[in-house]
Amino acid sequence: MLRRSWDYSYLLVNLVARDFKIRYRNMSLGVFWSLLNPLVMMGVLTFIFTRIFPGAATRDFHVFVLAGLVPYNFFSLAWASATRSVLENPALVKRVCLPREIIPVSTVLAQGLHLLIQMALLLALALLAGYGVNGYWLWLPLIFGLELVFVCGLSLASSALDVYFRDMRYVVESLNMMLFWLVPIFYSFAVIPPAYHTIYQLNPIAAVTLACRNVLLEAKAPPESLMSKLTLVSLGALAAGFWIFGRLKRRFADYV
Amino acid sequence: MASVEFRQVSKTYARHAGRRLARQFLADWFRRPGDEEFYALREVSFALGRGEGLGVVGGNGAGKSTLLSLVAGLSWPDAGEVSVAGRVVPLLELGSGFHPDLTGSENLRLTAALLGFSRRRTRELSDQIVEFSGIGDFIDEPLRTYSSGMVMRLAFSTSIHADPEILLIDEVLAVGDQNFQAKCIEKIFEVKRAGATLVCVSHDLRMLERLCDQALWLDAGRVMQQGPAGEVLGAYRASAQAAAGGHSPFSAPS
Repeated sequence: MLRRSWDYSYLLVNLVARDFKIRYRNMSLGVFWSLLNPLVMMGVLTFIFTRIFPGAATRDFHVFVLAGLVPYNFFSLAWASATRSVLENPALVKRVCLPREIIPVSTVLAQGLHLLIQMALLLALALLAGYGVNGYWLWLPLIFGLELVFVCGLSLASSALDVYFRDMRYVVESLNMMLFWLVPIFYSFAVIPPAYHTIYQLNPIAAVTLACRNVLLEAKAPPESLMSKLTLVSLGALAAGFWIFGRLKRRFADYV
Repeated sequence: MASVEFRQVSKTYARHAGRRLARQFLADWFRRPGDEEFYALREVSFALGRGEGLGVVGGNGAGKSTLLSLVAGLSWPDAGEVSVAGRVVPLLELGSGFHPDLTGSENLRLTAALLGFSRRRTRELSDQIVEFSGIGDFIDEPLRTYSSGMVMRLAFSTSIHADPEILLIDEVLAVGDQNFQAKCIEKIFEVKRAGATLVCVSHDLRMLERLCDQALWLDAGRVMQQGPAGEVLGAYRASAQAAAGGHSPFSAPS
């Protein structure tokens, strides 16, 4: 079955559009839900860390927090929904021939559309708070592109495992909960003891948050040590994800 | 060169007896010869040239759908070799990939993309597909407002326009009304005349006799008989009639 790759790109576009349309078609607020969730979380966290525990808050805390929430939200939603994607699309697994890798990847990309909307919100709030546009903004596509690569890698592995070990989705949920605390969303890199710096930099979601703050709030390029670790871990995750998925996909049709 | 060929193909599953999925998976993965196995297909061989039709018959659980999914590349054999040369278009459980909240035309585009259409080809063909389906203005309504017959019409029209080189048919014509069924069979003939190979599973023996040159009779994964369609289907009909005490559950020969 030889199909040229541009055929798959049309398929990918259609699958992403399907996910997006299905999610919003019958909701009256539609895409605004995508803005509402980070805004509410931003409000709550800002309230807690400026009124209840005021010590930790930095200047323009709401932008600071949002710069952590946006990458975290994308990661947790994309990973959770992509993990279920193979099992939730039995028709794509059992009735049509397509490279099955496209199922979790398209789910992640559909969440990527929300990421774009939330990025626009983040940039708007940064501008409103008086942080100007700077040349380092050009780093942002690379930073978030690497996050996308990382999520795709993890999702390929977890969605394939979910077919055989249905507990996978709960594992992912728990890990996402833990991650909310382990990513520096409402605290800054400066308060982390140096002993843990490397671990934080090796966590791609923490790395994306840190790099994003470097660019938006400090108007400087993210340090090379951070970007190299982010690149390494993300590409490693992608390779591992494809490998695991490739090993496990042969029996999908028998188990879905 | 054969367009679809099976050489001593077997598909087996480890017996699970209600084991947990994870243990079942590990049992499948680390299976040793001699473990208790269940054969969905056992040493099946056939070769189909371009433009030929194969009818597959047998009772429930005989392995007919397993055979189709092997041709479609949806699952892999455990022994033997499957070789398929050409674009496979499966007509299996038509409409199962559709989403109820999307409109007919959105579902059409999605299905077309799944079948490997390019953007341009989809645009070129979509009017033709809608016209063949006879759905008319309903095409812009969400699919949940469709009757099951309409869903089937749309799904069939989309798939049959995908330039199949190998067409897999699994009891798909059961839903449509008489007129549409006749139209579908006519279209399948047309595709076959244009050189497509057919693999067809059905309990409608008369339809198989018309569409297929060869037939394969399966029982519990084994080949009971294979050869020219008329012979095999005749023998199958006779055995089914004998089993039913003379009252055939299948359509009688006219």
